[in-house]
Amino acid sequence: MKNLRLSLKSGLFLIVMLAFFGIAKAQNGLQIGDLAADFSLKNVDGKMISMANYTDAKGFVVVFTCNHCPYAKLYEQRIMDLDVKLAAKGYPVLAINPNDTKDYPEDSFENMIKRSDEKNYTFPYLIDDTQQVAKTYGAKATPHIYVLQKTKKGLEVKYIGAIDNDTENISSETSTKYVEDAINALLNNKKIAVTQTKAIGCSIKWKTAD
Amino acid sequence: MKFKFIILIFICSNSLFAQVNLLSLNQLESRFKQGKDTVYVVNFWATWCAPCIKELPFFEELNSNYKNEPIKVILLSVDFKSKLQSAVIPFVKRNNLNVEVFLLNERSEQDYIEKVSRNWAGSIPVTWVINAKSKTRNFYEQEFTFATLEKVYLSNK
Repeated sequence: MKNLRLSLKSGLFLIVMLAFFGIAKAQNGLQIGDLAADFSLKNVDGKMISMANYTDAKGFVVVFTCNHCPYAKLYEQRIMDLDVKLAAKGYPVLAINPNDTKDYPEDSFENMIKRSDEKNYTFPYLIDDTQQVAKTYGAKATPHIYVLQKTKKGLEVKYIGAIDNDTENISSETSTKYVEDAINALLNNKKIAVTQTKAIGCSIKWKTAD
Repeated sequence: MKFKFIILIFICSNSLFAQVNLLSLNQLESRFKQGKDTVYVVNFWATWCAPCIKELPFFEELNSNYKNEPIKVILLSVDFKSKLQSAVIPFVKRNNLNVEVFLLNERSEQDYIEKVSRNWAGSIPVTWVINAKSKTRNFYEQEFTFATLEKVYLSNK
């Protein structure tokens, strides 16, 4: 009995440790050059979407965003423009809302459907209900962008950060468009000049354990 | 004459309180160096950020609870500079903020986020706690309750 209890205890300890390291690793998230895991998330049309569905794509622009955040709103049109420009070049936008919808009802699935209908999103708008994708990727803010390229190894992370360096959109002529520049470099087999930037925005609203 | 003068000062100081000045990171750094306070609690916030606004009273509370200690609480807004008159100053007036409020005077997020902390992914609220004497700098990319904020202050004292 004692032995059983002991082994149960050590087993439990192992599980706790594994969970701890699992979480610790997930919190660091993806780095440039890492391989991104595919996901299966529900789109606003009710269908499940995975990157594996896109057999023709050369890669993806994964955008963690949401409805309520003023920064996400500021960037919304630019996210829509990115899809129009880049899907044709083989890099479609996949938008993911990772927020806790209980505390932020504006980000609920129903409101996501409304928003994407109103604005005629040309890209999927997926809900990350368990927040697992955001955690695995290491997303911190909305909007937060990951540019992935399909290589022989898998989905390689090529750029992480902001869309451009002009949040307020003062001048699209003088701004540096990080995402577009990264994809143009990928298309031309050139080195990406800036692979990582800071994405200021709203923190992702994590669910509290209750 | 004296009376008028006192009224004038009163009016001036009142309007001064509602004022929000621009502050660059370099100016903030020289404040850490030359200021008479030991611990600087700098909260990066914005008028559009709901969780930031929720925790602002805790910074007010920290400031007033420890007013006899060498602590300086600074609310450093990262609102766009174009929003100074239309959003930041009205917000400060409306909420009767007593702690010092500044608007960050930097060109691009890409520059200042990295300068403040390499670990800052870019979300707000974030809080920077600097101890000018022991030269420690700690950075918290999280939301606070009064209890957790107080704990952070005491651990950096």
